[in-house]
Order: sequence, then C-alpha cells, then structure tokens
Amino acid sequence: MELYKLTAHELHRMLKERKISAVELCRSVFSRIGQVEDKIKAYVTLTEERALTKAREVDEKIRAGEQLSPLAGIPVAIKDNMCTKGLLTTCASKILQNYIPIYTATAVERLFAQDVVLTGKTNMDEFAMGSSTENSAFFVTRNPWDLETVPGGSSGGSAAAVAAGEAILSLGSDTGGSIRQPAALCGVVGLKPTYGLVSRYGLVAFASSLDQIGPITKDVMDCALLLNYIVEHDPLDSTSLKVEMLDYTKALVNDVKGLKIGVPVELMGEGIQTGVREAMENAIELLESLGARCQEVSLPHLDYALSAYYIIAPAEASSNLSRFDGVRYGYRTPQKVEDIMEMYFRTRAEGFGNEVKRRIMLGTYALSAGYYEAYYGRAQKIRTLIVNDFNKAFEKFDVLISPTSPTVAFKIGEKYEDPLRMYMSDICTIPVNLAGIPAISIPCGVADGLPIGLQIMGKPLDEETILRVAYTFEQNFGFKEEPNL
Amino acid sequence: MAISKKEVEHVAWLARLFLTEEEKERFTKQLSEILDHAGKIARLDTSKVPPTSHVLPLKNVFRDDKTRFSLPREEALSNAPKKEQGAFVVPKII
Repeated sequence: MELYKLTAHELHRMLKERKISAVELCRSVFSRIGQVEDKIKAYVTLTEERALTKAREVDEKIRAGEQLSPLAGIPVAIKDNMCTKGLLTTCASKILQNYIPIYTATAVERLFAQDVVLTGKTNMDEFAMGSSTENSAFFVTRNPWDLETVPGGSSGGSAAAVAAGEAILSLGSDTGGSIRQPAALCGVVGLKPTYGLVSRYGLVAFASSLDQIGPITKDVMDCALLLNYIVEHDPLDSTSLKVEMLDYTKALVNDVKGLKIGVPVELMGEGIQTGVREAMENAIELLESLGARCQEVSLPHLDYALSAYYIIAPAEASSNLSRFDGVRYGYRTPQKVEDIMEMYFRTRAEGFGNEVKRRIMLGTYALSAGYYEAYYGRAQKIRTLIVNDFNKAFEKFDVLISPTSPTVAFKIGEKYEDPLRMYMSDICTIPVNLAGIPAISIPCGVADGLPIGLQIMGKPLDEETILRVAYTFEQNFGFKEEPNL
Repeated sequence: MAISKKEVEHVAWLARLFLTEEEKERFTKQLSEILDHAGKIARLDTSKVPPTSHVLPLKNVFRDDKTRFSLPREEALSNAPKKEQGAFVVPKII
C-alpha cells in the first residue's frame, strides 16, 4: 500500500490499530521522496535519519500502549523560515545559508510535542517574498501537476511536498497569500488563521503585522487537526491572542443550510481566468444546492488593497531585514573591507537576492522623510477602510468566497522579470492579510489540467465556520484528480 | 510616480546596499512602475480616516520584573561569522 497517499487522520487510525508502524510510514514517505524529489525539489534540507529515529520512538510508545496523539508518527514538512534548534534554517537566502538556530519556533515545538516526524525543511521564496518559489537563492521548486509550471509561493515547497506525497502534512507561512496561493496551485488545502491565533515566535519575520503560520494538508479534516495543535497563547509573542483552545475537527459537519455566503464582485472582475471563473460559478451553484444562500457583495476598497499591501509589507520588511548585517549570525562578505559600513553594504548586497533587495528599497523609500505620509501613512488608512469593508460585509454574511488565485499555475519564468505582474498573483489573497481575518483555500476544479482553488474567508476567530463550509464543499464536490508524477 | 536613479542611489545608501550600475538601472525602472501602481492610493480622500497600525486591539504586555538567566555566551556566539575571546569580531570602528 502506498501510505504516502493517505491523510493524517487515516494514518492515525491505522497506527492506532497497529495495521502499520510509524517506521513503515516514514519509509514510505522517504521512498516517495527518493522517487520524485529530483523533479520537484521541494526540500532545502531532508532529515531522514532524525525522522527514522523519531518514528522508532513512536513505535515504542505504541508497543508500550501509551496514549497516541493524532499527529504521532505523521511525517510533517516545515517551511524553512521557521526556526528549528540545531537544524539549518535558511529562509532560502544566501544570507542565512549557514544559520543554525539555538531555539525552535513555538508552532513547530508544539508539533514536536505531539511526536510528529519531521521530514525536512521546505523550499520557499527568499524571506517569503514571492508568488512562485522562483526567488529561492538555491533552486526553483516545480509544481507536481506540471513540472514546467510554478508551485506558487512563497510556501511552494510545503505545498508541492504535500501534493507530491513527499510529506503528509506541512506548515507554511502567509503574509499576502503565501499558504493559500500555493495550496490552490498545487491542488491541496491551505489555511491562514486569524492574525495572532498562531504564535509567530521563531518565524523569521517578513512583515510582522501580516505574517501568520498555518497548515497545508491533503484535506479539510487534516487541516483542522493540524490547526488544533498549533493554536495556543504564547507569552513569547506579544501579538499572540489569549483565546479558548478549540477542537476544530468538531466544526466539520456536512451542512451549510441557511448559511449566507457573500461573493465580493471586486474579486471576480477582470484578470480572472475563464476556467477559474467557471469553477467559481459551479462552486456557487453547488453551495446553493446544499442550502446556502449566495449573493454578490461589494467591498469597494479592495481595489486599493494591492497598492496598500505593496507599501506596508515592504516597509515592515525593510525594518525587519535591517538585522542582517553580518555581525551576529548568517553570511558575512569574504572580501577585504575598509570599515564596518563597507562590511554592511557588501554583506547585504551579496547576501540578499533581487526580490528582497527590491522590497527593501521600496520599503525604505516609503518610510523615508518626505514620503512617509504620502505612502506608508496613507496605506495604513486604506487598511482601515478595508477592515471596515469586511466588517460591514460580515454583518450580512457568514463567510465570503472568491477564487484563491486569478489563474491556475503559470509557467516557470513567465512573470519572473515583471514584478508588478507577479504581484497580481496574490490579488485575491492580500485583502485577507490586511484585515487579519482567517481564510482557507480548497480545490474546486481543474482547468488546462491544473488545479483551481476556492477561497473561503471568515470573521476574525471564526475558523470554525470557514472549516465547516470547506468540509461541506469538499464532501459534496469530491475532488478526485491528482498529479500524475 | 517615477523615481530617479539618484533617488535609488540614496535609498540604497539608507538601506545599506551596494548596487551595481545594472541594478541601479533595473531598480529605477521597476520601482517606478511599482510606485506608479501604488500611487493609486492617492486618489482616495483619507483625510478623516484613522490609520490601522494593528488589526488587533493590542494593549501593553508586561511581565513580572524578575531576574532570569540570559542566553549563554557560547550559544549567543554560535552563529557568529567571526568571534574571538567571547566577543563578536567586526572591522575597526574607531
């Protein structure tokens, strides 16, 4: 049996009933990695020895009759911008190519406490900046559905790993759509939780007011399951929310009767590929046939979201990335320098890639004297208008739906030289980060042989309703296609 | 809004980045295009809108003022590109 094809909840049952062992499962996933990783390139670092040791430990616990966590023995991949103590954490950047953290990110630590088996650290756009995983300093990750196309970004490695069976579950991070967009392009499920629900401690910061860690999984049940174990207040993160811990799997009921669903017209406008639009129309029809009421709604300021985002995110990034100076950790220029300023200039010029430099420059410009009010100050005001738009829509609707990405996966290199066109890839996901609300992407069809994502957005902290809608859609839509690798 | 090559050079200096001539040309073009698109936000009247500095209703977070152990020196230095006698080594400043 090809265990790597199964979901975490199916595998947990088999482990518990002793039909399989954690070592068998681990070997199945690493054998799959051996088969396809040369083509996909999902991982920056693989941790096979460590994984097998952990799997043996889990088997020992099963033999001893210990209570088994639903995630125990499940192979999980982690995006390479989450710190893992003693294990290389590169952010897919030359500037962190030799960085070995002395601590582990809280979200990852929580999974380790459940005895998950770490398969490795996944490739990404450098410092999570990008929509295609082409900005990795090391190599490009490819989409398992079509090796000539991108897996999306910036959590492209995490999404491709799950889609290709190179991991059962993975963690990604989402600043402007970096979990949902690659999940959509790779035909898997990706959830960005409410801002502050999952601790950001140990996540290498890109734009602190937008970044959020979340799950990438094969189905909605696994998504709820993984979310259960990463949500908890963390005193080490001052933006971590103090909320009641829930069992999100209890929200998974196959029923949307009476739910009011809004469809923002601004996210269905021009630029949405025909196949994506058709899949959306079919999704609306299906949800209505199941008893939900769908209606168009206007969020008039969404048209300004992309502009506001590309001022706010680079501004925060320029500040966060000022810590990379070649003094305390990471890369330092090997060239002979005259003074410390030259060391900073050379280290940063050699260590950062194109996209990162571009965003640092953009952010520095937006924050500089004379431009601060015109750009950053105004963008933060637009953010208020966007938050208000969502609040108003949620007075009338339980959830909002839209495409996750305006197009299916595009060809590698197609948008690489045109940053503005690349930025448009996240046009449907960015408003969610600006408002801090939760949103999930699930597969809702195929166009040109490539998967399409349906985005379901919810009220702050109402992960339960978006999971319920996602689960009902998944159960009734029955997405059966899989990549042919 | 167009950004000049001179402004790109100044911003690169502020950001502590050496840029090659080719990069200066490329960034001048690309940043101009992006800023031109971002300039769309100037069309809205936001004079009466308060800025969102944070989507959460955040309050100051205080911890008990208790002494605790700091990071061991060895660990703090473990990733340093250059270190000597328990300190980070940098080019001469004075």
